Amino acid sequence: MAITITESAAKHVASQLSRRGKGIGLRLGVRTSGCSGLAYKIEFADERKPEDISFEAHGVTVVVDPKSLPYLEGTELDFTREGLNEGFRFRNPNVKDECGCGESFNV
Amino acid sequence: MALLQISEPDEVPAPKPRRRAIGIDLGTTNSLVATVRDDGIAIVLPDSEGRPLVPSIVHYGPSGVDVGYDAVAAQTSDPQNTLVSVKRMMGRGLADLADARRFPYRFVDAPGMVRVSTRAGDKSPVEVSADILRALRARAERALGGPVDAAVVTVPAYFDDAQRQATKDAARLAGLPVLRLLNEPTAAAVAYGLDHGVEGTYAVFDLGGGTFDISILKLTRGVFEVLATNGDSALGGDDFDHRVYCWILEAAKVPPPSPEDSRLLLLRAREAKEMLTGHEAAPIVATLSTDQRIDLSLTAANFSQITRTLIEKTLAPVRRALRDAGLKPADLDGVVMVGGATRMREVRRAVGEFFGQAPLTNLNPDEVVALGAAMQANALAGNRERGDDWLLLDVIPLSLGLETMGGLAEKVVPRNATLPVTRAQEFTTWRDGQTAMAIHVVQGERERVADCRSLARFELRGIPPMAAGAARIRVTFQVDADGLLSVSAREQTSGIEAAIAVKPSYGLSDDEIARMLRDSFEHAADDMAARMLAEARVEADHVAMATDAALTADGDLLSPEERAEVDAALARVRGVRDGDDAAAVRAAVEQLNRATASFAARRMDRGVRRALAGRAVDTLA
Repeated sequence: MAITITESAAKHVASQLSRRGKGIGLRLGVRTSGCSGLAYKIEFADERKPEDISFEAHGVTVVVDPKSLPYLEGTELDFTREGLNEGFRFRNPNVKDECGCGESFNV
Repeated sequence: MALLQISEPDEVPAPKPRRRAIGIDLGTTNSLVATVRDDGIAIVLPDSEGRPLVPSIVHYGPSGVDVGYDAVAAQTSDPQNTLVSVKRMMGRGLADLADARRFPYRFVDAPGMVRVSTRAGDKSPVEVSADILRALRARAERALGGPVDAAVVTVPAYFDDAQRQATKDAARLAGLPVLRLLNEPTAAAVAYGLDHGVEGTYAVFDLGGGTFDISILKLTRGVFEVLATNGDSALGGDDFDHRVYCWILEAAKVPPPSPEDSRLLLLRAREAKEMLTGHEAAPIVATLSTDQRIDLSLTAANFSQITRTLIEKTLAPVRRALRDAGLKPADLDGVVMVGGATRMREVRRAVGEFFGQAPLTNLNPDEVVALGAAMQANALAGNRERGDDWLLLDVIPLSLGLETMGGLAEKVVPRNATLPVTRAQEFTTWRDGQTAMAIHVVQGERERVADCRSLARFELRGIPPMAAGAARIRVTFQVDADGLLSVSAREQTSGIEAAIAVKPSYGLSDDEIARMLRDSFEHAADDMAARMLAEARVEADHVAMATDAALTADGDLLSPEERAEVDAALARVRGVRDGDDAAAVRAAVEQLNRATASFAARRMDRGVRRALAGRAVDTLA
């Protein structure tokens, strides 16, 4: 059971965290929303809750709540550039389909 | 798949269906009502003539009840039916009223609380206060354009339980939804934003028209605690007027004046006092009924000298309060000035010297208590802005949400959200022409409604018929400071609404909450499977329904063989729909989609042809 994070994603997380000046790492999760069921949550983590599960990769701590973990199992978080855009991308093997806008997904 | 950015924790946009919240300073001599405007600024609501105050006077006249300025004149013409200073009688028996004989009333000793016999019958102080509050409520409703949803009423810090309960009863009698009683000094501190700090000790110096109160407050983690109170119930701005009045008599060598002259000179004395807050000297000019002409000039230095003993009199209770709190003047982080009499420069100077720091005076000292109450009411009603993390009150122990298609629970207010909280989410209709929506409010962390606790159900009816997914129904969850949940649903295009209120924590012990939480962690995987199955079923129903509708409308587009294939795929979807295999349901839906792909294309063609039929090419551009 694990969630991984690529080196380039880790670098961006670390630099954004240091620019923000606080936070213990990154919180990933899913919430119900959008047109296709679930949406990703990617936030700065200010604290670790007792029930959280955490992962370390390239020096970055990633915390996930136990409710979200089954949906994210095996996910790799990457940071990519697409044309003028850059941002994080979830490579989630559980995803069956996504809605057109990419805002939400289904397992 | 869109690229994502990291967001701040819990950055879910909170909607703002503002509730009409007011703060009321129910004073001994004057009362005020204030609110927080949409731009976040607290203001006192004036009457139609622009007067901010309501004199706390109620006149039970032969033709009805008059409150405020309308009742002032009756004080002299009909004293027995004109009640003033009832705040002093709140929650008191006749025996408790030391100064009962100072009032011109026919007191009736009743169990619990004294009553006053008036033309309109025996009135308890609660009923009289309710009449004042009713006038304030009417003023607020006129200004805010609708009924008041939330009110905070202030009481002196030294009020005991009986007096507080009496104040609450009065508000209830006046039809005001009182969220909380707030100590007057705390309200003043809130108005100055002192509650935004983490910790601190503050003095609130409240010198009104006739009373003086000093309170020492300690702020810890967003909550004010009253460490000590003291005061003098017979010391106020009126005493300063009286000193100036005596000075006039002496300086102008006036023989003992008639009551009219005495009133005139008191008025001139007051004007001079007020003028000296901004000038070095004030003229005192009057012509008495004896034809004596008075033409004096009172200098600031003179005023300072004649009122020195009064100033010293205020500092004695301040010293006592500090001693009770075990503090030295230098220990205080701030001093708040309340009451019109604190406008006097002598008072400000003396207080500043005593505490070794300039007191806070930039808010109107008459209004500061009402403003603080309004800010508190605004926050308690759930109107606060993001980032206003004052008033650490409580959190929601379990998420609140509602049931969506397929028996899934959609969370609207997440667990651990700080009370009070307001969150809204938009939902839509599932079926073409759907005119009603059942809203099932649930509590819990599990994915399936069956595993959550059902709190309430209600229906939103009268949705205008629209295509499935076109209606926009905004469901708002609001939890107030007492943990009371109200859920409202509003269809955005037609404006129809339905709402319900429940108490979510009712009947839940800490153990049960802990168990519900533990269950949700342990069953995370099961819940995911359940969600997948439920979603697949919803999708199956949806596709089957759409196929049925299409076959009815355009079934003639299919050859018999094609029709048989579609029917078979449809039957398979229906066959597996009730099984437990989400993958099988999804596969069947997929197959139906494939079987109907060319049918859908032909329907589209027919639709386009119909739309274009009979139109010339050049009109289509």
